[in-house]
Amino acid sequence: MKTRYSFGGDEHIFVEVDEEMSLEAFFKSLSMTRAVRESQIKGVTEICPANASYQIKFDPDQISPNDMLAELRQLEGSADGGDTVLNTRIIEIPVLYNDPWTHETLMRFRERHQDPGSTDLEYAARINDFATVDDFIAAHSGAPWFVSMVGFVAGLPFMYQLADRKHQIEVPKYLRPRTDTPKLTVGYGGCFSCIYSVRGAGGYQMFGITPMPIYDPNQEISYLRDFMVFFKPGDIVKFKPVDRDAYDAAVEEVEANTYAPLVRDVTFSLAEYQKDIDGYNKQLRETLHGN
Amino acid sequence: MGIRVISPGLATTVQDLGRPGYYHLGIPLSGAMDRLALRAANMLVGNDEGAAALEAVFMGPELEFTADATVAITGAEMPPKVDGEARAGWTSFDVKSGQVLSFDFLKAGARAYIAVSGGVDVPEVLGSRSTYTLGALGGFEGRALQAGDELALGEGKGDAGATIPEKLRRGPGSPAELRVLTGIYWYRLTEKAQANFFEDTWKVAPEADRIGYRFRDGRPVDFVDRAPPFGAGSDPSNIVDGCYPYGSIQMPGGTEPIVLHRDAVSGGGYFMLGTVISADMDLIGQLQPHMETRFVSVDMETALAARADRRALLAQMRDALS
Repeated sequence: MKTRYSFGGDEHIFVEVDEEMSLEAFFKSLSMTRAVRESQIKGVTEICPANASYQIKFDPDQISPNDMLAELRQLEGSADGGDTVLNTRIIEIPVLYNDPWTHETLMRFRERHQDPGSTDLEYAARINDFATVDDFIAAHSGAPWFVSMVGFVAGLPFMYQLADRKHQIEVPKYLRPRTDTPKLTVGYGGCFSCIYSVRGAGGYQMFGITPMPIYDPNQEISYLRDFMVFFKPGDIVKFKPVDRDAYDAAVEEVEANTYAPLVRDVTFSLAEYQKDIDGYNKQLRETLHGN
Repeated sequence: MGIRVISPGLATTVQDLGRPGYYHLGIPLSGAMDRLALRAANMLVGNDEGAAALEAVFMGPELEFTADATVAITGAEMPPKVDGEARAGWTSFDVKSGQVLSFDFLKAGARAYIAVSGGVDVPEVLGSRSTYTLGALGGFEGRALQAGDELALGEGKGDAGATIPEKLRRGPGSPAELRVLTGIYWYRLTEKAQANFFEDTWKVAPEADRIGYRFRDGRPVDFVDRAPPFGAGSDPSNIVDGCYPYGSIQMPGGTEPIVLHRDAVSGGGYFMLGTVISADMDLIGQLQPHMETRFVSVDMETALAARADRRALLAQMRDALS
């Protein structure tokens, strides 16, 4: 890992912890942003952790860009060897893969795709050497995921799968971004899965849809009353494939405001995870289902 | 109440100076795209400079006032009328209860700001009255205005006849020039592509809104060869998803640059070649589709000097009105 610093215009500093994605880079980015928050540098207006990078927005009338840069470089040393144990939670997210709504949308934007002759799921399965789309879905919904960034649009989680590198799924983004994506689409770009919190533009491949809202600006949904955004970096997600009937039933519960996501508290240790990935993931699944 | 919307225009929204502090959750700043024009409009009607006003893009709304108020229109040249009678832009005027404020066709610029004494009184959400349409957040019910909407006004009293001198009003110029600091992924372009980007004259594409402005008609860029970093995806324009600065210029597929604006997507997986300096962000908000635009490479010193100039301009406006 080699950290690179750069100005984003005169109001931002963009810090790339690593060009490649890894859990190590994510944990370092998270501890560096925590250090920035604790140091309370004058003039900082936004602190945004990302997958393997982070960004600071500041007011150059209060602190000069060069002084801001010097402050951040100084904090990097203190973030090395930072905490790699997180007290967090694991959440089960139901997904209707290959649903009619994302299918209609992906057909509409076929000319912006690498492979107009197949669907996003068929394309992703093939280039990742899965024999069938079902095998691909089994892999996507098998190992849990780490929320490594929240953003793009309000409350959208980027998720990184808890798997060794040779088992990571990788797909390119669309050649040109779509101007439309259904709300609650489960998408994929690079090595990240995401859930589109709102309807809008997007460049990720589309695999399915979840019935579970994750953003509510009116804060009426029972589990979004405290805050309008559901996810935060460090959350762990397990996808659960569901059929159309289960999806429809969940939508009805959401509409009646009786839907309750399955959520359990969990402690994640990067070191323990690295020692035995499969064993650790099994423990996570057991925690989720209360065994 | 204060204002009843007879017709809403194309996309008229309530905006103030924005909602900082939530970008890490994907909730952008929002607020007026032309902040200088918003401040000027508020100054003219005796409001705090950051009071909530209406931002009308390309086409003005038709508004019936149900209370007396002082009004000022700044930004785009979209001549205002009261009960059909012309009023001057950048100058405050009175509107009586029962009168209708409407607009002529757009003559120059893109966004007009309609400030009303007392400010538009919608609830503050996360510290701002700005509308973030994509997230259905803030403003009037989280959306652009519609016919029949009734807007409340705050307490306040302005004076008619206040005016911002013409020499202090600023437009985008033709071709527009946007000054850019190149950024962390600039090295990904070939030297030829780097030169072409600044040489070419671009045109604003129809896909230009509060999230971002897309440009076309310049040459596509070539990338330096690389092995894709793990997690980025195979296209040379892909990166491991990171944060996007406001004003950052991304170029998906290396073809059409997109400059992110006040309702920016907070991050994503396309490389950014640089960022438009803060002093030139307001100008983007006044660009119409098809307008010719050039990007000009500058250094940090120039960016900070431009920022200081902008601050001085605001001070001159305040002086002119005091």
